Amino acid sequence: MRFPWSDVWAILPELLVIGAACLILVLDPITSVARKDGLAWIGLATLAICCGFTAAHMDGRTTAFSGLVILDGYAAFWKLLLYVVTGLTILLSLAYLKEERIVLGEYYGFLLLSLCGMMVMVSAADLLTLYLGMELMSLSLYILAGVKRYEARSLEAAAKYFVLGAFSSGMMLYGISLLFGATGSTKLDGIAAAIGTGEMQDPMLVLAMLLLLVGFGFKIAAVPFHMWTPDVYEGSPTAVTAFMAVASKAASFAAFLRVFVEGLGGIRSDWAGLLTLICLATLMIGNLVALVQTNIKRMLAYSSIAHAGYALVGIVAIGSATGGAETEQSIASVMLYLAMYAFMTLGAFSIVAMLRRNGLESEELDAFAGLARREPVAAFLMLIFMVSLAGLPPTAGFIGKLYVFLAAVHSGLTWLAVFALVFAAVSAYYYLRVVMAIYMREPDQGGAPVPVLASSPALTIVLTCATAGVIMLGLFPGPLVSLATQAILTLR
Amino acid sequence: MSTLPWLTLLIFFPVAGACALAVVKESSVRATALICTVVEFGLSLPVWFGFDHGTSAMQFAETASWIAFPPITYRLGIDGISLPLVLMTTLLMPLCVLISWQAIQTRVRGFMASLLVMEAATIGVFVALDFVLFYVFWEAMLIPMYLLIGVWGGPNRLYAAIKFFLYTLAGSVLLLAAILVLYFQGGETFDILALSRTPLSPVLQTWLFIAFFAAFAVKVPMWPFHTWLPDAHVEAPTAGSVILASVLLKMGTYGFLRLSLPILPDASYRFANAMIVLSLIAIIYGAFMALAQADLKKLIAYSSVSHMGFVTLGIFTFTQQGIEGAVLQMVNHGITTGALFLCVGAIYERTHSRLIVDNAGLAGPMPRYATFLVIFALSSLGLPGTNSFVGEFLVLVGTFLWSKIATAVAALGVILAAAYLLWMVQRVAFGPARTDGHLHDLTAREMLTMSPLVIAIFWIGFIPNTLLTPMHESVTHLLVSRSGVDGPAPEPQLALGSTAAAALERTILDARHDANQEGPQ
Repeated sequence: MRFPWSDVWAILPELLVIGAACLILVLDPITSVARKDGLAWIGLATLAICCGFTAAHMDGRTTAFSGLVILDGYAAFWKLLLYVVTGLTILLSLAYLKEERIVLGEYYGFLLLSLCGMMVMVSAADLLTLYLGMELMSLSLYILAGVKRYEARSLEAAAKYFVLGAFSSGMMLYGISLLFGATGSTKLDGIAAAIGTGEMQDPMLVLAMLLLLVGFGFKIAAVPFHMWTPDVYEGSPTAVTAFMAVASKAASFAAFLRVFVEGLGGIRSDWAGLLTLICLATLMIGNLVALVQTNIKRMLAYSSIAHAGYALVGIVAIGSATGGAETEQSIASVMLYLAMYAFMTLGAFSIVAMLRRNGLESEELDAFAGLARREPVAAFLMLIFMVSLAGLPPTAGFIGKLYVFLAAVHSGLTWLAVFALVFAAVSAYYYLRVVMAIYMREPDQGGAPVPVLASSPALTIVLTCATAGVIMLGLFPGPLVSLATQAILTLR
Repeated sequence: MSTLPWLTLLIFFPVAGACALAVVKESSVRATALICTVVEFGLSLPVWFGFDHGTSAMQFAETASWIAFPPITYRLGIDGISLPLVLMTTLLMPLCVLISWQAIQTRVRGFMASLLVMEAATIGVFVALDFVLFYVFWEAMLIPMYLLIGVWGGPNRLYAAIKFFLYTLAGSVLLLAAILVLYFQGGETFDILALSRTPLSPVLQTWLFIAFFAAFAVKVPMWPFHTWLPDAHVEAPTAGSVILASVLLKMGTYGFLRLSLPILPDASYRFANAMIVLSLIAIIYGAFMALAQADLKKLIAYSSVSHMGFVTLGIFTFTQQGIEGAVLQMVNHGITTGALFLCVGAIYERTHSRLIVDNAGLAGPMPRYATFLVIFALSSLGLPGTNSFVGEFLVLVGTFLWSKIATAVAALGVILAAAYLLWMVQRVAFGPARTDGHLHDLTAREMLTMSPLVIAIFWIGFIPNTLLTPMHESVTHLLVSRSGVDGPAPEPQLALGSTAAAALERTILDARHDANQEGPQ
C-alpha cells in the first residue's frame, strides 16, 4: 500500500504541534533552570509555522484518512483562533510560572498536547476522531490543573476535573455508540445521510443525541453540567484557568457546532427545544450566581458560564433557523462571539494572574481596591476588559453580542434575545463591582501589603494583544466577520 | 464650509484630547482640557453658521461603510433639531472644565478625560444617523459618567453611581432588542432616515414603542423612572451634575424626537395621551418634590424632573409649536439648570454644605453670587424676557391645541416652579444670615464660567428665532412627512389611522395658521 502522503500533509499542523510537544518533553530534563524559557519559545515558533500552514487552507474542503479528518475553512478559523490563544497563554505562563516559582518545562509540552487535541476536535469528521481529540485535550488539562503540586486547591481542582471529565467522556462515548447503533456510522456525513433518509424515528437516535449533549454540555460548562467549573477554575493555576476558559471552550463549541449541524442537522427540532432550556438556565444561573462571588476567579468562572449561555443563543438560533442564510448567520455569530470572548477573558485572567501581594496571587475582589492609583495602566485595561465582558460598546463584547442577538432575532427568537439582554444588564453589576473596586475604593489598611502587578515584557505583550483585540474587534470587526462568513461556506 | 468632515471632527477631537491628556504634564492637565473644549466649541461654530435654515434635509452629512454585514454604516448628519443640542453641549463643556478647576483636586487627569469622552459620546448621539452607531454612542457615555459620579462624587457615590448605571443600562438593553427587530422588519437596514420612511405594522410599532420608551423614559427621566436622578445629582461633582442635567437628559427626549416619532408615528400617536399624562404627573410631582427639599441639589434635581416634563409634553402634542417649544426647552433646561448647578457647586466649595439652612443670607457677603442666582432662578421659573419663557409658552400653546385641561395642569406647574424657586432664592439669598461672615464672593473664574449662560439666557429670551428658525423646517418635516397632509414625501405615504391623520392635519393646519400670523421674520 502506498503511504498516504497527502493525508499526512493534511494533518501537518497537528504533527508539528505534537512533535514540538515531544521535543519539549525530551529537552526538559536536560535543560538548565535558567534556560527553561527556551522551551516556551519552541512552542511559539511552532505556532507561528502552523499559522502559516492553516491560513493557506482557508478555502476548500478536503478530507484525509478516509474521511476521519477534515480540512476546511471552518476548522481553519478555529485553529487560527486556538493558535492565538495558545500563543498568548504561553507568553502569560512565561511570566506567571516565574512568579509562582514553578520550574516545569513540561508545562509547555502539555499546553501543546492539549492544543493538539483541540485541533483534532475542530477537524474531526468522525465521532471517534472527535473523541480522541477531546480526550487528548482533557487529559493534558487535568495535568495542567494540578501543576501547582504544593497547593491542595490545585490538586483538588485536578482531581475534580478529572473525575467529572471522565464521567462526561463516558457519556459522550455512550452516545457515540448509540448513534452508531442507530445510524450505522460514526462519520458525520454518514450519520447525516442516515438521518436524511427520513425514516429515522429511532428513540435510540434521540437518546444518543441527549448523551452527546450532556458530553458537550460538560465541556462548554453549560448549566446544569457546570458544577465543576467554579472549583476547577479557582483551584487551577490562573494561566491554566485562562486557557481552559478560552481555548477548551472554543474547541468544544467548534466540535459541538459541527456535530450538531453537519451530523445531527436533520433532527434539529429534537435538539433545539432542549438546547433552548439549557441556554436559558445557563444565562440565568451563570449571571445570577456570579453576582454574589467575592473571589474574582470564581466570578470569572461564573461569568464564563454565562458567556457560554450567550454563545448558546447563537446555537439555539441555528436550531430554529428556517433558511440557509439564517443558519449561516447563526453559525458565524457563534464563531465571532467566541473569538471576541477569547480576547477579553484572556485579558482579564492575565491581570488576575499577575496581581500579587507579597509574591502570592491575590484573588479576592478586595485586592483590586484602589488599583487605579497604584497601577493606572493595568487598572484602565481591566476596565476595558470588564466593559467588554459586560457587552458595552465600543468594545468587542458588544459586537459579539450584537451578532448573536441578531442571529436570534433573525430566527424569530426575539424573546430569547430580550431574555439574554436582560441578563446582560444584570451581568453589568458584577463586572462593575470590579471597576468600582479599582477606581472607587481605597485598599483596606489592615497591615497587609497592597497588591501590585508583577509586570514583565511577556505580560506586556499579552495585555497589548488582548487589549488590541478587544478594541480593534469592537471598532472594526469587518475582517473577522468576513473571515467567519467565508469559513462557514465550507461547512455542510 | 462643508468640505471638511465637521461632524467627525466634533466627535473625535475630544477623544484625541482625552488621549492627549494621558501624556501631558500633571500641571498642564487642566489647561489642556480647557483648550480642547474651547477649540471644540470653535469647531461647532462653522456648523452653526454654515447651517442652511431653509431645508429639513440632513446637513454636513457623512457616510462611510463601517461593517459590511450586517450593513452598519458610519452615517452622520445634523438637522435643526440636533443643531441646538450640539451647540449647547460644546458651549457647556468649557464651563464644566472651568468649574472643576479647583473643585477637583484628585486624579484630575482621569476627570478631564472622562469629561472629554462624555462630550464625544453625546455629540455622537446627536448626529448619528445609523441606529447601531447611535446605540454605540448612547452606551459609550455610560462608563465615563459612571466614573464621574463614582470616583469624584460625594459620600454616597458608590450607590448613586451603580444605580445610575443599572437604571440606564436596563432601559437601553430593550432598545438594542428593538433595533434588531427593526432591522429585519424595516428592510434590513440600520439607516434611521430609511427606517423612518418604512411603514411598519401597528402591532409591531406598539412593541417597538414600548422598547424605545424603556430606554428614553429612563434617560429623560419621566415619572416614575426618575428615582435614579436625585441620587445621581446629589452625589455627582458639580461638572457631573451639569452634564447630567444639561446634556444626558436631553438624549432621552432627543431619542423620542429622532426615533420614536419618525419611525413609529402610529404608535407614538396612539400613546400620546398616555405620554402627556405621564408628563403632567412629572411636572406636578417634580414641582411638589422640589418644594419639599432642604438640599439645594435635590431641589434642582426634582425641578429637572418637572422641567423635562414640559419637554415630553411638548413633543407628544404633535404640534409645531409644541415640538419647537420642546426642543427650545431642551436647550433652555440645559443652560438654566446647568447654571443653577454651577451656583450650588460654587457655594458648596465655600461652605461644604448643600443644605439651604446652612447657606442662608448670602446676599450680604456675596452680592455678585446672589445676582447670578436670582437671574438663573428667574430664568428657570420662566420669567418673560428669559429663555424658558419662550419655550414654556410654545409648549403650552401646543398643549392648548391638544387639550385645554392638560394646559391648565401644565400651567399649574409653572406656578409651582415660581413658588419653589422664589422660596429657594428668598431663603438662600435674603434670609437671615446663618453663615460666618467671611465668605468670599465669586472669583473671576467663576464669573467667567457663569456669564456665557447669562448671555444665552437673555439672548434666547429676546431673540428666540436664533434657535427657532433653524429648527423650523426640521420640525415641520417631522410632522408633515409621515402625516400625508402635504410636503415632499419621498416614499409612499404611510396609512395612518383615520383619526390620527385627521388630528394631525388639524394641528398642522393650526400650526401653519399661527405661523403665518406670528411668523418668524
